[in-house]
Amino acid sequence: MIEVKDLYKEFNGTPVLKGVSTTFEKGKTNMIIGQSGSGKTVFLKCLLGLHIPEKGIISFDGRKHTELDIKERRQLRQEIGMVFQGGALYDSLTVEENIMFPLKMFTDNSYSEMLERVNFVLDRVNLENANKKFPSEISGGMQKRVSIARAIVMNPKYLFCDEPNSGLDPNTATVIDNLIQEITKEYQMITVINSHDMNSVMEIGEKIIFLKNGVKAWEGSNKEIFKTENESIVDFVYSSNLFKKVKEAYLNETK
Amino acid sequence: MNYLEHIGKYFIMLKQVFKKPQKWSVFKEMLFREIEDLGLKSLGIIMFISFFVGGVVAIQTALNVDSPFIPKYLIGFATKRSMILEFAPTFMCVILAGKVGSYISSSIGTMRVTEQIDALEVMGINSLNYLVLPKIIATLFFYPLLILLAMFLGIYGGYVAGTLTDLFFSEDYVYGIQLDFNPYFIKYALIKTLVFAFVIATIPAYHGYYVKGGSLEVGRASTQAVVWTSVVIILLNYFLTQMLLG
Repeated sequence: MIEVKDLYKEFNGTPVLKGVSTTFEKGKTNMIIGQSGSGKTVFLKCLLGLHIPEKGIISFDGRKHTELDIKERRQLRQEIGMVFQGGALYDSLTVEENIMFPLKMFTDNSYSEMLERVNFVLDRVNLENANKKFPSEISGGMQKRVSIARAIVMNPKYLFCDEPNSGLDPNTATVIDNLIQEITKEYQMITVINSHDMNSVMEIGEKIIFLKNGVKAWEGSNKEIFKTENESIVDFVYSSNLFKKVKEAYLNETK
Repeated sequence: MNYLEHIGKYFIMLKQVFKKPQKWSVFKEMLFREIEDLGLKSLGIIMFISFFVGGVVAIQTALNVDSPFIPKYLIGFATKRSMILEFAPTFMCVILAGKVGSYISSSIGTMRVTEQIDALEVMGINSLNYLVLPKIIATLFFYPLLILLAMFLGIYGGYVAGTLTDLFFSEDYVYGIQLDFNPYFIKYALIKTLVFAFVIATIPAYHGYYVKGGSLEVGRASTQAVVWTSVVIILLNYFLTQMLLG
């Protein structure tokens, strides 16, 4: 379990996170949502240790991330998989080399063993015949799959995704969402997804944290969103007419 | 940010760079790649420039030495001295600061703005050590060889220029380059080259690594890297000359 207690982060005296507390459980797709500038990315970067918070505790299965030294933090990070918004694939490496990279760095496996593992994860993300291609030679959706494959190649305990389906068409976005959810269940990981996409939230958001102005304004599941009276989340979710209709349909169905 | 802050941040960066590589096999692979990118790929431009600079130095010396009391072998002597002492180590390193410096800064800067450096850090990799240390070792190892080649080609360029223009006899030139040979000058040039190689690898890496923003900022960082690397090379050249020859 990842526990976050009273997380506070500021930049040049301007508070961005103002005492956020929550927990993320194993085998669940946890989502962080909120408007632009609400502190989602800063929150995710604090979880990853890329930002050091001014106050608060982040604990990964009892290990307090905020109290670890650099070496221990690097050790913990080897248990983390991350899918970046733009993929963050290494341009000079092929798809195969990109995925093999963490294996080369942290294992003593032979080349054939590493290749076997790479092919296994590529198959898992439904990507074939792309081994020798460079990131610039494949589509955005394929790059996301490669990024997911690289994130899970070391069997991580924790998976973080920053806007995993931004810039993708609705079909591919759904495929990527389902893939993340399947992998989360299969490997019993703790998955935290930072997203703007309400389709994703409704599709796979088993636990949703809504941030507003650096404060946790609401927490619940995708089912509970339809029933909540919380003004902040209602304003955010139902800014689209489509979701108003979805809500009406859902409530009629469950009457 | 003021200059002192930059200098402090630069040395903090170096502290992270000089750590034991996390995996020697990966480090070796990176080192060979950097030797190719930063060294071998600069071979052509260094050979071309040093050959013609040597030629120009010889021609200009010949044209300015018109007194019958000054021996013609002085042309070879002056070309040799200026190539070994200044043109090969300093001039070539300023050229390398432009070519390699902008490459290092823009490649690391692009990795920063496309979150590739964050991806390394999230994996638990010391990104500074992984990206910068192989560059330092590659330049320290390869640039002295490159500068020795530049010295040779510069002196040879002078010889070719003289024989093609008939401004001096090749025998005089060869006598001049053999006259009063001091091996310490080669040592002095190589010490300067090692210092400049370190500067060429680290200052652009600093500018690229800490870039914030997008492609425009990467471009700016690249320009700044070349400017500061050249400035530091010129300043260090002054102090090293004073220390080693003064």
